[in-house]
Amino acid sequence: MERASAKTKIILTRTLFFLLFVYSFGFASAKIIHVGNSYPFKSIKKAVAIAQAGDSIIIQKGIYKEGNIVISKSISLVGEHEAILDGEHKFEILTISANNFLVSGITFQNSGYSSMNDFASIKVIDASAFIIENNNINNAHFAIHVSNSHHFTIENNLIKGYPGEEQSTGNGIHLWKCNNATILSNHIYGHRDGIYFEFVTQSTVASNMSEKNIRYGLHFMFSNNDYYTGNTFSDNGAGVAVMFSQHIQMTQNKFQFNRGGSAYGLLLKEISDGAILENTFSNNTIGIYMEGTNRILVKKNKFQSNGFALRVQASCSDNTIENNNFIANTFDIATNGSLVLNTFNGNYWDKYRGYDLNHDGKGDVPFHPLSMYAMIIEQNPVAFLFLRSFMVILLDETEKTIPSITPENFRDDTPYMKPFQL
Amino acid sequence: MIKLVKYVIIDILRSKVIFAYTLFLLATSLSIFSLEDNPAKGLLSMLNIILIIVPLVSLIFSTIYMYNASEFIHLLVSQPLKRTQILIGLYAGICISLLIAFTVGAAVPVLLLEGSATAYIMSFAGLALTSVFVSLAILSSVITRDKAKGIGMALLMWLYFSLLYDGLLLLLMFQFSDYPLEKPMLVFCALNPVDLARVLILLKMDISALMGYTGAIFNQFFGTNAGIISAASIMLLWIILPLLIAVKKFNKKDL
Repeated sequence: MERASAKTKIILTRTLFFLLFVYSFGFASAKIIHVGNSYPFKSIKKAVAIAQAGDSIIIQKGIYKEGNIVISKSISLVGEHEAILDGEHKFEILTISANNFLVSGITFQNSGYSSMNDFASIKVIDASAFIIENNNINNAHFAIHVSNSHHFTIENNLIKGYPGEEQSTGNGIHLWKCNNATILSNHIYGHRDGIYFEFVTQSTVASNMSEKNIRYGLHFMFSNNDYYTGNTFSDNGAGVAVMFSQHIQMTQNKFQFNRGGSAYGLLLKEISDGAILENTFSNNTIGIYMEGTNRILVKKNKFQSNGFALRVQASCSDNTIENNNFIANTFDIATNGSLVLNTFNGNYWDKYRGYDLNHDGKGDVPFHPLSMYAMIIEQNPVAFLFLRSFMVILLDETEKTIPSITPENFRDDTPYMKPFQL
Repeated sequence: MIKLVKYVIIDILRSKVIFAYTLFLLATSLSIFSLEDNPAKGLLSMLNIILIIVPLVSLIFSTIYMYNASEFIHLLVSQPLKRTQILIGLYAGICISLLIAFTVGAAVPVLLLEGSATAYIMSFAGLALTSVFVSLAILSSVITRDKAKGIGMALLMWLYFSLLYDGLLLLLMFQFSDYPLEKPMLVFCALNPVDLARVLILLKMDISALMGYTGAIFNQFFGTNAGIISAASIMLLWIILPLLIAVKKFNKKDL
């Protein structure tokens, strides 16, 4: 249902853009300007200089080394096959500040690096109603950098970086102070954050693949009312980090293979009023890490083969965790205190060994998802070395019979007997 | 010596005990994987069998066999055979027959039904633990002439390696929790064959959890080739050392 509404939203925005383009073309008697070796215009800069609003610049195959190209007109910049813009490791390649423009099908490579400026392959400032699509961005500092813009689409770009240190590597798609953005079907690889949102509202991130980024696959800072769905976050420092944000909807994403000392599938920090629905968390060191998280609904997710499925710190309150599947995780839950202000209800836990006498599908005895050993590790991490030893099994069994260390109210009163079909 | 090994293997394989052991392993491994729709849970049950049942059976069975074969050993000693050869022959015979039982009962079904990297390492761990604990059993049976004492010693060894050792380490760890204990603990873990086997299995089974936390030092060490080689050589030492001591004692022993 939510996904359908997202799709409608995307289709609507696209139609809007299309209409805008048709509108502008229709009234401005648009020209098509070809750039390339076999045309009068050899340089993109010159073509841009004479172009008027509504014109299209078609770039022929070839490598163009023109330094920084600045555009402030509503034009379309379209690349033919193998049209390559090279920044020679010195320049920001494209800087655009306009409404109604299109950048499509161009390969950008080797944009410059500076520790003073955030050089990008495509930088957009103060713009609206634009589309950046089907581009191939290789070896950039920042790949696409958008600030102070609204109502735009970044779609189907292939972005590949070669990360160095966290400080000297830029983000794949970087949005600052934007609204109504749609980030769709991009593939981002090897940047600092795959997609970075700061002060971005009313925006959608859908069907992207973000992998092997050194920090986060997707990062929200101070961004409210956003929605991300159907994305895959694989092998990043942490899959997604949502910090200091409100009303973020997260549905049907895959968080996988985010492993390491401080690696999480999903990192929630100081956020409230969101929903995490129908996602899959698999093979992460920690599936979801929650800190200062309030009023989040975690429902119908699948947690499989994680080190810790959930790590709920004592600073979290009023979160509801229900109808999830917890399968083959080393630990289902970990926490750092004895305070429990969250509700665990009606989940399937594969470690549950209770019975169901009245056959209503729910176990008759509550399940305590927090094992004593998880608490011991919390206090003394070296104890990790005794994982699954006979001694630890005995300790855990004793604790289950006579609880002493684990908080008594940390429990699921209606654990399901069978996994949900998700 | 080959003849002796052959004789011991045939003698053991004919006995009902080893048959029952094989059947038990086979029944558990088959039922675990066919009744459980979640293979990870099945592997977990297998882990407990390999770390707890396999050492216990190997120890008790070998000790009892050695005591029951005391008259046979007397007969062998009167023949023109070196005592070293006799004891090693006995070890090889018992060990090979238990390895056959384990392979048929646990390793093959697990590999067939599960076949993941975890299943492979589990099978190897089971085989290694069998060899180690037969070696320890031979030692305990050589040390004392009294059958009850020998079996008691074997039981104590099992209790020590699978339970007391970890308990002591945990205690130690809590006493010295203010100190950086990662490396000493790693060494201590490697000094217990059961712990070593467990850690090697965990590196495949719980890799997601081990990549974080202190587990990372395990991964850094045992994840490398050097780590695997050292783990294998420590296991080998656990087989050779008790056997060597047993041979020395047996050579001097007044039968």
